[in-house]
Amino acid sequence: MAPVLVLWLAVCLSVTWAVDRGNFKTCDQSVRLLLELYRLQGNMTRVKINELKPLKPRYEVPDVLIREPPTDLSLLSQDENGVVLSLGAESQRVIVSARPFRLDIMEGRDVLMSLNSRGLLAFEHLRMQEEEKVEDGMWEETFKSHSDSKPNGPSAVSLDFSLPGVEHVYGIPEHADTLRLKTTDNGDPYRLYNLDVFQYELYNPMALYGAVPVMLAHNAQRTTGIFWLNAAETWVDISSNTAGKTVFGKMLDYVQGSSETPQTDVRWISESGIIDVFIMLGPTPNDVFSQYASLTGTQSFPPLAAVGYHQCRWNYNDQEDVTSVDAGFDEHDIPYDYIWLDIEHTDGKRYFTWDPHKFATPKEMLQGLMDKKRKMVAIVDPHIKVDSNYKIHNEIRSRGFYIKNKDGGDYEGWCWPGSAGYPDFTRADMREWWASMFAYDQYEGSMENLYTWNDMNEPSVFNGPEVTMHKDAVHGAWEHRDVHNLYGFYVQMATAEGLIQRSGGVERPFVLTRAFFAGSQRYGAVWTGDNAAEWEHLKISIPMCLSLGLVGISFCGADVGGFFKSPSTELLVRWYQTGAYQPFFRAHAHLDTPRREPWLFGPENTALIREAVRQRYALLPYWYQQFYHAHRTGQPIMRPLWVEYPQDPATFALDDEFLIGRDLLVHPVTEEGARGVTAYLPGKGEVWFDVQTFQKHNGAQNLYIPVTMSSIPVFQRGGSIIPKKIRVRRASSCMMHDPYTLYVALNPQRTAEGKLYIDDGHTFNYEKKEFIHRRLSFTNNILSSVNLAPDAQFTTQSWIERIVILGASKPSTVTLKTADGKESQLEFDFDASMSVLTLRKPGMNAGVDWNVMLQ
Amino acid sequence: MCCQYILLLLLLGVSGGVSAVEVQRPRGVPLSKRQFYEEDKPFTCLDGSRNIPFDRVNDDYCDCQDGSDEPGTAACPNGSFHCTNAGFRPGFIPSSRINDGICDCCDTTDEYNSGAACQNTCRELGRKERESLQKMAEIAKEGFLLKQQLIQEAKRGLEDKKAKYADVQLSKNEFEKRVEALRTVKETAEQPEKEAKERHLKAWEGKLGCESISPSTVCTEHYITDSIVSLINIFLARLSCLDATYNSTAQKARDAFDEAERALREVDDQIKNLEKEISFDFGPTAEFAYLYSQCYELTSSEYIYRLCPFNRVSQKPKYGGSETNLGTWGQWAGPEDNPYSIMKYEHGTGCWQGPNRSTTIKLTCGKETVLTSTSEPSRCEYLMEFTSPAVCQEPSSLDSVLHEHEEL
Repeated sequence: MAPVLVLWLAVCLSVTWAVDRGNFKTCDQSVRLLLELYRLQGNMTRVKINELKPLKPRYEVPDVLIREPPTDLSLLSQDENGVVLSLGAESQRVIVSARPFRLDIMEGRDVLMSLNSRGLLAFEHLRMQEEEKVEDGMWEETFKSHSDSKPNGPSAVSLDFSLPGVEHVYGIPEHADTLRLKTTDNGDPYRLYNLDVFQYELYNPMALYGAVPVMLAHNAQRTTGIFWLNAAETWVDISSNTAGKTVFGKMLDYVQGSSETPQTDVRWISESGIIDVFIMLGPTPNDVFSQYASLTGTQSFPPLAAVGYHQCRWNYNDQEDVTSVDAGFDEHDIPYDYIWLDIEHTDGKRYFTWDPHKFATPKEMLQGLMDKKRKMVAIVDPHIKVDSNYKIHNEIRSRGFYIKNKDGGDYEGWCWPGSAGYPDFTRADMREWWASMFAYDQYEGSMENLYTWNDMNEPSVFNGPEVTMHKDAVHGAWEHRDVHNLYGFYVQMATAEGLIQRSGGVERPFVLTRAFFAGSQRYGAVWTGDNAAEWEHLKISIPMCLSLGLVGISFCGADVGGFFKSPSTELLVRWYQTGAYQPFFRAHAHLDTPRREPWLFGPENTALIREAVRQRYALLPYWYQQFYHAHRTGQPIMRPLWVEYPQDPATFALDDEFLIGRDLLVHPVTEEGARGVTAYLPGKGEVWFDVQTFQKHNGAQNLYIPVTMSSIPVFQRGGSIIPKKIRVRRASSCMMHDPYTLYVALNPQRTAEGKLYIDDGHTFNYEKKEFIHRRLSFTNNILSSVNLAPDAQFTTQSWIERIVILGASKPSTVTLKTADGKESQLEFDFDASMSVLTLRKPGMNAGVDWNVMLQ
Repeated sequence: MCCQYILLLLLLGVSGGVSAVEVQRPRGVPLSKRQFYEEDKPFTCLDGSRNIPFDRVNDDYCDCQDGSDEPGTAACPNGSFHCTNAGFRPGFIPSSRINDGICDCCDTTDEYNSGAACQNTCRELGRKERESLQKMAEIAKEGFLLKQQLIQEAKRGLEDKKAKYADVQLSKNEFEKRVEALRTVKETAEQPEKEAKERHLKAWEGKLGCESISPSTVCTEHYITDSIVSLINIFLARLSCLDATYNSTAQKARDAFDEAERALREVDDQIKNLEKEISFDFGPTAEFAYLYSQCYELTSSEYIYRLCPFNRVSQKPKYGGSETNLGTWGQWAGPEDNPYSIMKYEHGTGCWQGPNRSTTIKLTCGKETVLTSTSEPSRCEYLMEFTSPAVCQEPSSLDSVLHEHEEL
């Protein structure tokens, strides 16, 4: 498919630079660039800039887009210095000016975004070494004791974006920083370069394990997004004309009428590749999410069990240890679904194997877990021990699947097993082979309740520059420099594919990854890496996961308890309470820390942790429905408040509280010794109900909530219906047939709405329309369940055991009418002090039509 | 499909009289609480919080805060279900395990509507448990006998030690006297030597003249010359003459004194050790005393572990390498009702980025004294299991366990 507009950019790029050193230099010859401009369906624009005739091809990121995006575009007018193009029906135009080159995206008379308005477009064209005046760093770089041979010379690209009217930008994970991105005028830009950072620092633009080059810009009128599709090392510089102004200063501007329009300027810089950028024009946050999802896909729909609680530690020492921890959960009546094995379970860090002494009979162990409907995750890292007695290594070597070093030999680095090779996951044939290794007959000791964890896939190379791979390592035609940020993405892709294939395409996979890129949401879960048992790390888990959710990766969590160091009991309890309300809920601990299974801190704390985990399990129907929704729409599960209240500036920078879906607001306690928290409840004219006490609070206020050690401040939005299963059992699949309790929270208009999604919980059969999807609504005193997917087929044994209506008044009779026309009176209980009406045991099946009338 | 309306009665025996026992009670209710569940009467939640019609007991809806109305369903989050487990031990399970597809009660009564294929394993379990209890009882019996011997030995040992302590205390006086006596002898013997030395020293420090040397009384055979060199030679020769004579007496006295002093020190050490041993907490009847100054080893695939009770625990690589201290004796650390079931060894070699190594020893009853297992549940925190007759309880206390499953 051809772009509708192609321009030669014959401008001399007056400055080029080497990426992270800022050594500016002038170019002495004009290089022709090719600009391709696409209007994409769904209110997006793609801007591609490449050399018209590069000496050799420049890397264009494959496999991240789920398809070639469909285009439409029409020319409105043209003169010698530019063209005006229509961007569809919404009075949107893009004005392309040639000298100086810039793009302005307009809606009506407003500029939404300008590209190169600051003239920072830069393109280090490929060149022959001898025809250039050689300067330091152009053809070789050194970092500490490492050298980068840079055989292709300088090749960086850069472009600037101006966002008039924007004061809040978000995204570009992964950074241990606030939700709202900071200006970077006074320090390093935000860096995107997947790295295994030992004991990372907080509130810092440094690169971490994953990279999603997507930024969202938001103001009360509009949300837009920029997706910079480049997998090389990338830096993002942010400046703002209002940064540093105090509220008083802004008010003064306002009063005096002298305020200039706030504006945020962003500059993207990548070390190699091309400029390929998608401008997502919203206008609502949800529009941006679906625009981005149409490019890179949505969150994979996990098996229900993966939404439960995960118990991990580096390491559970042997089978006996696994058995006793498993028994501990039963003894202390705490539910869990997965127990995890870290690297020590292998035979000498050879993945796909088991330590012959400690894990001599893995199938016996897995069967023991299966008997309790529980599952296991074992780690499979991408570094492969160089050992001629190791099948995996021999196969990869003989098939030539290893990444090569600059001299053509197999690249070797140090990692857990000692000397290790790194399979070239950018190769489709390599990924296919890797996937086949998960077959039950290949991966000895594996069973269908064994799932996979990909760690160290930045990739981590202990003796490499910045603990990662040399940039001049070779992936076929490309350098590692070009593909670096994609490596982890591909590892998880191949692993998830393996888990799908081993079941003949029937079962949904579950794969956790540490490194990720745009599109990684399609393959499983991510976590925030090796955090620490510190209160600040608990706090940062919220903005870190919120930032990931904004760019499509919803299945996010942080190590509960903190990985490094040992948490105080209070911190551990608070972390469980917070983690229970984040999408991926796993406790993990470093090898050197004392044991911290939930029952090791006295009966009181065991009870507190049990209660937090039980709250998670009771809410699984709601969580699962959120995952289904995220899978269908690309909307984040854990979301910042501004996503639902985009016109309320009070929400724009909040990152100590968050929403799950639309309907639950969570403000976890993340302060040591807290006596209370102040939560902002959004929504003028709305109400929120405390899920524990059912007390009603008005929206658009800061509410002080006194807390004790058992408090987890959570509120249900008035106007919503949330299904729960309050019969918590020892694992999620034990709850499959259990009945539902519906929590109907009325808004001031006395209406409410919610959904109920049910399927088998673990297969892809939902894609064959084997599910139940119902709309629950309360209006005119009638609560009804209507089929949202009449063409879908699924039956459930679950029934409705209780309906709790919050903010209700006392009825005289309550009548249930089922689809067959039968009517019956329901018994009820009314708590006048809290206005809570509880309908006792209506008993209808959860999958059928019914209504309940209050009179 | 649903069974939430079913009131289930457990019928043991047939009315009409083959058996004399007819026990009707709602599912999940233990015999001891049967009287609270009377059909045809309203049911009062066991916490007294409310009354409900009896047909709401086990109707699969939770009416009582305390869960007492649903002993046989999973409806209440805090309920508990009673398994009769005829042939084995009766017991309670959380009601959340009813019909969850997993067999928890050996009599299968918890899975009455889940489709789980449970086998009644109570008889088998009962048999196994009886066997193992019997075995344990035998071990306990023998162990307990051994323990009595240990107690006797310890008693004798303690008496011996006390007697020895008294002896040693007495002999200490002797030794002290002897030291004093020998000190005097030594000092007397050293007097001439000291004087001679002082004389010579004076001479040496004074003029190096012949006159100061000539009055020599002991070694007159030495010829006196004028030459300085000879003078020095003579002086040295004289000194050596002095050594030969005074030395022999003084040295002997000194040696005897040193010897006595050393003996006294040894006695002191002995006293200290005896005091320590006598006052050491070897258990209520000193049954652990026999472990003192013993060591026990266990070899794993990589290491040799060594436990020297009341002293230290260590680990040594099997194939060479230096020993690591896993902790020195800390204290008894069992629970309040049984403090002598766990030993704690602390302050071992420090771990990299971690705590000092420490070891917990769990003691169980056994005929032999053996280190049976070792593990490292947390980094640098070791756990070992150790059997000893000293922890064996009187076997009679086990009988009640053996008879417990006769409840039905």
